[in-house]
Amino acid sequence: MTTVDTRPPPVTRKRKRRIGSISLSALTWVIAILFVFPLIWMVLTSFKQEADAYTDPPKLVFGPTLDQFAGVIDRGFLPYLANSAGVTAMVTLIVLIFAIPAAYALSIAPVKGTTNALGFFLSTKMLPVVAAIIPLYVISQNMKLLDNVWALVILYTSMNLPLAIWMMRSFFLEVPTEMMEAARVDGANLPTLLYKIILPVVAPGIAATALICVIFSWTEFFYAVNLTAARAGTVPVFLVGFITSEGLYWAQLSAAALLASLPVMIVGWIAQNHLVRGLSMGAVK
Amino acid sequence: MTSSVLPSNVAAREETTPARKQAPARSTTWRRRLPLLPALIFTIVVTQIPFVLTVVYSFQSWNLVRPGSRHFVWLQNYVDVFVDSQFRTALLNTVLLTVFSVLLSMLIGLALALLLDRKMIGRGVVRTLLITPFLILPAAGALLWKTTMFDPTYGLLNFVFGGNTDWLAEWPLTSVIAQIVWQWTPFMMLLILAGLQSQSKEVLEAAQVDGANRWRTFASITLPQLSRYLQLATLLGAIYIVNSFDSIFLMTQGGPGTASTNLPFYIYQRAFQGFDIGQSSAMGVIVVILTMIVATFALRLMFRTFSVTGGVK
Repeated sequence: MTTVDTRPPPVTRKRKRRIGSISLSALTWVIAILFVFPLIWMVLTSFKQEADAYTDPPKLVFGPTLDQFAGVIDRGFLPYLANSAGVTAMVTLIVLIFAIPAAYALSIAPVKGTTNALGFFLSTKMLPVVAAIIPLYVISQNMKLLDNVWALVILYTSMNLPLAIWMMRSFFLEVPTEMMEAARVDGANLPTLLYKIILPVVAPGIAATALICVIFSWTEFFYAVNLTAARAGTVPVFLVGFITSEGLYWAQLSAAALLASLPVMIVGWIAQNHLVRGLSMGAVK
Repeated sequence: MTSSVLPSNVAAREETTPARKQAPARSTTWRRRLPLLPALIFTIVVTQIPFVLTVVYSFQSWNLVRPGSRHFVWLQNYVDVFVDSQFRTALLNTVLLTVFSVLLSMLIGLALALLLDRKMIGRGVVRTLLITPFLILPAAGALLWKTTMFDPTYGLLNFVFGGNTDWLAEWPLTSVIAQIVWQWTPFMMLLILAGLQSQSKEVLEAAQVDGANRWRTFASITLPQLSRYLQLATLLGAIYIVNSFDSIFLMTQGGPGTASTNLPFYIYQRAFQGFDIGQSSAMGVIVVILTMIVATFALRLMFRTFSVTGGVK
């Protein structure tokens, strides 16, 4: 490929490459829009009357209405939303309380057996939830924790903790050890070290971990469906109510799906730069 | 856990921390451990006790609708499970679902990541659009696909492709895979994109100067560097997708018949509709053993990846 003579003059080549680049960008846009089209369609359908939701061919132009959102609220959506919000907030708080010191003990001041502890946390993530659901159901029943938000809080905490510890540890490892040593030599005590040197470095990491924790607590389905019902049910449990009546309420279902997903969608958009780190447990940045 | 998977960076850190050099007294050791203990104890109690109980239940004959039926039968449940043809179907479906979902979402994710890994107008917006299917509630995604996409009369798929295929009845497992692939592709894409962006620009430029074309550069430089990320994506994806429950519960209920029943759904059915605690526990134990075989590889890889990418800083 070194036959320079046969190549077209540089200007044409540059223009050709430019056209290629633009068409590749256009292709990317088209694919992206096709890929999210089910969601675009969900948003459109949620503003339709039920009659406009079932047409052949599907309707793109229609008189938008907020009726479906009102219908979702009438169906008793708000208590489920409150349960989800409460569970998510509690889980995130408890996970941070447990995970921050643990991550500290596994990175900045590593304890003996750090590797084993990390391996243990990771291994719990690989136990399939189905293997634990039966005893959990029996225990919850005996402890009067069935259809109780606290059962979910405890389980979601254990589900998110390994992830949070791993992810936070990867942020803690970025704390500059030389700076800490220097500060220690200058006579700084532990609280000062924590506040002045460690916190500024790990604060974004704590925020990112919290956001990931919110996403996972909000979307969890298996425990919620099996351990809660009308009283302590979270948002995914509310959506299950639609399978029995699927043929009739597409527009309302779309509105419910949109309302239920909106909080995590926003959190996810904010946290998108950290999603990889969270999902890969900090193994990849 | 054996020492063979010990991440070198952890070992190195432990050695270089001055306090460790002086062989700390017993009390210091415990003071160092203290911050770790709440998390450790909580995790042991909440995750290990139920699992031990599952093992105990799996040796018992125990049906919730027959009070007083509970007694030890030892390995009988396991024998019953292995001769149960529905269990074998569910096992096969789980393998098919996991393998195809992971492979397809990874291939599409790789293609999307390559498209995104270049300068273009509105790159951030496109990335945000593409990750959104991963962010909506999986339950919402499954219900949307079941209705607005797969419905034989009013679904968008039949509108686009024509015909009046009843997707969920005629192609149940394929339809479930399609929905899972749609949901997991963004995850694969993000992970692979992280891999692409961690490549050193100098090496790529050097290859270009040496006259390598795009395909050569991709095949001989990008792909080998990406392999670790691809492996990690495969394993993490597999760990999550093996446990798929939402899509099957909401879209097909495992049917028609057992055509789309996977192990998590089958165990759920046997436990919560058949109330057979003993046998469903035995199945749970089998799933754990199978997962552990896969997870052993996953653990090793996690530590290796970690020491490569995270150990530098």
